[in-house]
Amino acid sequence: MAFTILERPKKHLQILFKKMSNAIIKVENLGKSYLIGHEREKGYVALRDVVANKAKNFAKGIKDTIGGKQLMGDQVVEEFWALKDVSFEINQGDTLGVIGRNGAGKSTLLKILSRITEPTKGKITLNGRIASLLEVGTGFHPELTGRENIYLNGAILGMSRAEIKRKFDEIVDFSGVERFLDTPVKRYSSGMYVRLAFAVAAHLESEILVVDEVLAVGDAEFQKKCLGKMGEVSKGDGRTVLFVSHNMAAIENLCKKSILLQNGSLVNAGNTSDIISYYVSRQHIENKKLSDIITRKGNKSLFFTDGLIEGIETDEQQAETFKSLRIKLSYKYKQEVPLNSYKIDIGINNHFGDRVGWLSTKTIENDFNLAANDSIEFVIQNLPFGPGDYTCNIYSEINNEVADWLESVLAFTIKEKDYYNTGKLVPANQGNILLKYKIV
Amino acid sequence: MQLIIEPGRTEKNYWKDLWRYRELFYILAWRDVKVRYKQTVIGVLWSVVRPLLTMLVFTVIFSKIAKLPTDGTTNYAILVYTAMLPWQFFSTALTESSNSLVNNNTLISKVYFPRLIIPASAVIASFVDFLISFVILFGLMFFYHFVPPIQILLLPVFLIFVFLTSFSLGLYLTAVNVKYRDFRYIIPFIVQFGLYVSPVGFSSNVIPAKWRLLYDLNPMVGVIDGFRWCITGAPFTKNTTISIIISLIITLFMLAFGIYYFRKTEKTFADII
Repeated sequence: MAFTILERPKKHLQILFKKMSNAIIKVENLGKSYLIGHEREKGYVALRDVVANKAKNFAKGIKDTIGGKQLMGDQVVEEFWALKDVSFEINQGDTLGVIGRNGAGKSTLLKILSRITEPTKGKITLNGRIASLLEVGTGFHPELTGRENIYLNGAILGMSRAEIKRKFDEIVDFSGVERFLDTPVKRYSSGMYVRLAFAVAAHLESEILVVDEVLAVGDAEFQKKCLGKMGEVSKGDGRTVLFVSHNMAAIENLCKKSILLQNGSLVNAGNTSDIISYYVSRQHIENKKLSDIITRKGNKSLFFTDGLIEGIETDEQQAETFKSLRIKLSYKYKQEVPLNSYKIDIGINNHFGDRVGWLSTKTIENDFNLAANDSIEFVIQNLPFGPGDYTCNIYSEINNEVADWLESVLAFTIKEKDYYNTGKLVPANQGNILLKYKIV
Repeated sequence: MQLIIEPGRTEKNYWKDLWRYRELFYILAWRDVKVRYKQTVIGVLWSVVRPLLTMLVFTVIFSKIAKLPTDGTTNYAILVYTAMLPWQFFSTALTESSNSLVNNNTLISKVYFPRLIIPASAVIASFVDFLISFVILFGLMFFYHFVPPIQILLLPVFLIFVFLTSFSLGLYLTAVNVKYRDFRYIIPFIVQFGLYVSPVGFSSNVIPAKWRLLYDLNPMVGVIDGFRWCITGAPFTKNTTISIIISLIITLFMLAFGIYYFRKTEKTFADII
């Protein structure tokens, strides 16, 4: 049951299975576009602004309309394809992993599959009941008891009352919260909450199960139990599972096949281990050149043109924990500005967007000459970050004025690996930092 | 079972889906009712205390201070309370339903179901409140030795009527509220303003003839006058007939428009909420 990848003259790839007849999910040329407005700061539109802007931009509107640009409020909008021309098929009983970094289109794909949002183009044929689990405990109400929430959550996930009633004892048993069944869930510990929520989801009786990053929560032991249950779901009754996670180890464990999304397109499909190594080895190529990025702030007296992140003394220059990491920034400096002071900072964020580290030319001793060079290198020794996806914010200041400032650029991935040489991995929910320690 | 997802598909199967998701509809309405009474200290009493206190204030102000006439011989307290019931339902239903989608945003961005279920279940939860506050009405009737007329048997018709009026406007406001988030500041104002242009504290008879048509444009006028006719036996005049007909037309129009507008915006809820 191997994948056949046909390189098309078009830019995308089409992936076909040899056994076509068994396809339980068939996705054809799927596309989803959003209209995005530039410099849009609020997440929602306020009536007040609409009224004010309508009046203000009447003249400008006419000009832009003649110029052929579409208008939204006071902003010129651009069409953005979150997903474009994605085609694949999954056979009954398969477990498919969906890999890609933030913004690659994974969530959009799941949202379309779960019918939360409609595709703009293309078609999906599902030959079976589908249940999706995009979040643990969707619709749980804190005021209601555990028992009541089982019914509520079950109904939300698409179970009928009779079905929930039939499985009630099994669900309670799986969750291990019998004693608190009649306590409002607001009094539950977060662990109990997750266990109860997952217990309901694990008992869904659909032929297709779509699971998003839900295993990032809960304790390690329960995670294992859930992974086991999901594996059982897939192997046991021939159920099909579509699984998205940042946890490569979980995907490798659970899914034989995977697809890789990048900027909304399907770029590769095949055996999970191949896809993961392909994904990990393509990090540099995936990043946009810094000089091509438009969303940036500052007066441009210094301008970042490119960046490179690579591991030192590692396989294929891949970033690895406990090894050295080189971050090289190339820049152009406007020589005519007299240089009194400068500052270059790099902030490193994990895939949740939390800041996990910060490097700055101001905090450590150095004699770097900004004007005489066109690139600067930071070398981190003994990298403490654990496996996962990271991005950088780069910031520069010349004479106390912001020169160039870019956010969430230079993405890199630290490889999943046995860093403690014991064959045991650190669970994904145990923080981003790997500590060097010993037991005495 | 085969399911096809493609652009415009949800649109076509909308009513079928609504039927398929009826169980979810039932359970969400049940949740709204349950939560409503769990979060408050005195629970069910809330739906009784509020109209009762408002009734007392209105009776004192309009009858004792402003000396407005009642309908025939009906006790003023009963006159006010009879109108208070549908009004209270209407205003809670509007407030609750217009906030319902925004309050359930996690649900909307994580699961599919016809979104119409959410405002509808919010209106149903308010309807339960409404039915409970009827208890007080019977208490009042007993207290004042008031025997309701035979047409009280037609009350269910007006219950459906007020339900539709509230639901239709609620649906429209819900959709607008998702799109323009500052709209929620306008809703309390609509509700407050509505209380004074609806015949809650007074009888429709005190409205001068030249303002009558404008006054009738408020769909709650027909609803409330209908309730009064049913419960207190207020005379069913030509004016009442006109009010009810206008109100019915407006309600049906709003229902059609509410559903149309809601469904038009519904597809994008998950993207903008």
